[in-house]
Amino acid sequence: MVTPKTMGQNQRLLIIPPFLWLGVMFLLPTLLVLAIALSSTRVGMPPYEPLFTWDGAMLSIKLNFENLQFVFRDGLYAHAYLNSLKVAAIATLLTLLIAYPLAYGISCCKHPWRSLLVFLVIVPFWSSLLIRVYAWMAILSNDGLLNSLLLASGLIDRPLQILNTQTAVYIGIVYSYLPFMVLPLYSNLADRDQSLLEAARDLGCSRLSSFWRITFPLSLSGIVAGCALVFIPVVGEFVVPDLLGGADTQMIGRTIWVEFFNNRDWPVAASVTVLLVLLLVIPITLLQSRLSKMRV
Amino acid sequence: MSQSRGPSWFNRLSIFVVMLFLYLPIFILVVFSFNKSKLVTVWGGFSTQWYGAALSNAALLDGARVSFVVAAVSATIATALGLPAALVMVRIRRFRGRQVFMGLLAAPMVMPEVVLGVSMLLMFVALGVDRGPLTITLAHATFTMCFAAVVLQSRLAELDPSLEEAARDLGCPPATAFLKVALPNILPALASAWLLSFTLSLDDLVISSFTTGPGASTLPMKIYSQIKFGVTPEINAVSTMILGVVALGLLAAAWSTRGSEAALRGH
Repeated sequence: MVTPKTMGQNQRLLIIPPFLWLGVMFLLPTLLVLAIALSSTRVGMPPYEPLFTWDGAMLSIKLNFENLQFVFRDGLYAHAYLNSLKVAAIATLLTLLIAYPLAYGISCCKHPWRSLLVFLVIVPFWSSLLIRVYAWMAILSNDGLLNSLLLASGLIDRPLQILNTQTAVYIGIVYSYLPFMVLPLYSNLADRDQSLLEAARDLGCSRLSSFWRITFPLSLSGIVAGCALVFIPVVGEFVVPDLLGGADTQMIGRTIWVEFFNNRDWPVAASVTVLLVLLLVIPITLLQSRLSKMRV
Repeated sequence: MSQSRGPSWFNRLSIFVVMLFLYLPIFILVVFSFNKSKLVTVWGGFSTQWYGAALSNAALLDGARVSFVVAAVSATIATALGLPAALVMVRIRRFRGRQVFMGLLAAPMVMPEVVLGVSMLLMFVALGVDRGPLTITLAHATFTMCFAAVVLQSRLAELDPSLEEAARDLGCPPATAFLKVALPNILPALASAWLLSFTLSLDDLVISSFTTGPGASTLPMKIYSQIKFGVTPEINAVSTMILGVVALGLLAAAWSTRGSEAALRGH
């Protein structure tokens, strides 16, 4: 006979492999980014100076705040940060506006339909982001399908420049991140208490006003979770702004990419990354607290 | 919970419009992969020539080979690590560091891919590990194990603990009780966790680009370098084939879980 206590003791050991793995592969690298952000650039491989040097007798630590200062002072990075935040905020709002009616609609359906519709929302999430963004390139380009249709219908006489603009980036982000918004909203709306709505109707409340006074306020936690799930990755998004955006849509994920692969300035790229993570600390904490309340 | 009334016309309309928005671009992409014309917007008749071109493109085939090996190995690691993580989260309600562990498990899912890529690259360089398919695999296993853990967690939470308790009361050691009673019950969830990890790895561009070394390119990396120059019917054909593989995997996952409930609740 095994007592619950010894069971727990044995099961507790199970945490070791995943914990170690995440420690080495996630926590350690995150700390390392901070360290490299504080080192100086040099020519060679790795292209940065070591932070700690040991000359046999003395450990010297050389911290260099110039990269972080540089990133702060340089207008280009500030612009990319602000633009990322702006694009992420607007795109999150647009996603919410499209996802809410869908999630609400699904939650009003009868049972076999519900699972099927939720399944259909998830399917695109399983297919490659790259392919989904690529599909929009073919639609939005100057000689693309949308422009061909508009030209043929006589609505416009010159192709509209949509690809390589901020508009295309919004379309791409809303399209790619829709499932992340729909799912938390749906799971919240599907659990709503019908008796509250019935009571409101019995007391003479119209359908619309019972939605605004009961359903919507009660779905706020789903809205917060969905918005955080979209906003956080979008701030650092690379693929969508790179393929659909233009020169004017500088976003921070793309800046990091360019610093790494084109300029090969690792300490600056690490500094940009550190500041990106710092930006995301508040939304991530918000999400964590929501999720820990939602799950069991 | 059963609903007192069905969907209104507004509900139906919003479902229809958003589904159209979700599926029309993919549909167009697939249709134009069968286009005879090289132009991606003008229909020139039905042809499968671009599939032939894609399948004889050595660079793409090589990328596909790398991608499949990386995805299969990393998905296996991810599932093997996700299972104990999910078990601990579901079965041990309170332990010191639970919040920390939960945070560690959730962070890689929401962290922008660029951040994960940069930090893992810097670690591989600092440790002097040669970058290539191995480092991509390790990096993919790290972020996909978190998704695998979520899928497994939702299934384990539904599992009736009294079954295992009964086995233990009858003298079965805990490990055997788990293997003989719980494991067969979560096999479908293990399959979906593996498939989800596999697809996520197969699709990844950013983390692969950062963690790879010279010479090793995955399929998305090859596709990315081609579409930077514009839309080609050959890439449409490749994309359609990838979508086909994913669709087959999804059908298999849906079939093995009979309904997609487990995978759904994962997110």
